[in-house]
Amino acid sequence: MIVDALSWICLVAGGLVGVVGAVGIHRFPDFYSRQHATGTTDTLCAILILLGLGLQAGISLAAFKIALIFLFLILTSPTATHALANAAMHGGLKPKTDSTPGEGKS
Amino acid sequence: MYITASIAILVTLGLVLARALMGPTVYDRIAAINMFGTKIVLLIAVFSFLSGQQDLLDIALVYALINFIGVVAVLRLVAYGDFHSSGEENKK
Repeated sequence: MIVDALSWICLVAGGLVGVVGAVGIHRFPDFYSRQHATGTTDTLCAILILLGLGLQAGISLAAFKIALIFLFLILTSPTATHALANAAMHGGLKPKTDSTPGEGKS
Repeated sequence: MYITASIAILVTLGLVLARALMGPTVYDRIAAINMFGTKIVLLIAVFSFLSGQQDLLDIALVYALINFIGVVAVLRLVAYGDFHSSGEENKK
């Protein structure tokens, strides 16, 4: 009973964090601040939802697969975000500080 | 329980897709598609539990890998104009 309640909380919290990330990607004015929003919530949403599913699966092959997905997402998602921000900076996209006028208000 | 999680993920997919269409710079689009990919992985995982077949988790696993490879490939394409495979040809 506890496991069901805990996994229910994890799943709903993961969903909410995902929605927050999606709203964050719209609200932030500049690409780099958007990267801040998506980077953190992307990984946190994956953690919470996969934790909720793992609790539901109990000790089984499915739980092992979920742990693998968890591992890969934890390793690749921040790396992809870093590579993206690096490519953006390399590509000449200036971050919008208050002094330099960034790209237009989206 | 799974229905609420999948509905939340579908909402984030819609918002992220809107950002991908609206995004001013190409990097916004790549970031949106990257986030779209990880959310699809989670959607497949939740749906595999919703429908009871645990075998779909393999698809989510493969999708997570391919999504990362895809994002890095597009980044290389955007950063260097071509896929910059080995570099000897255009060095001469």
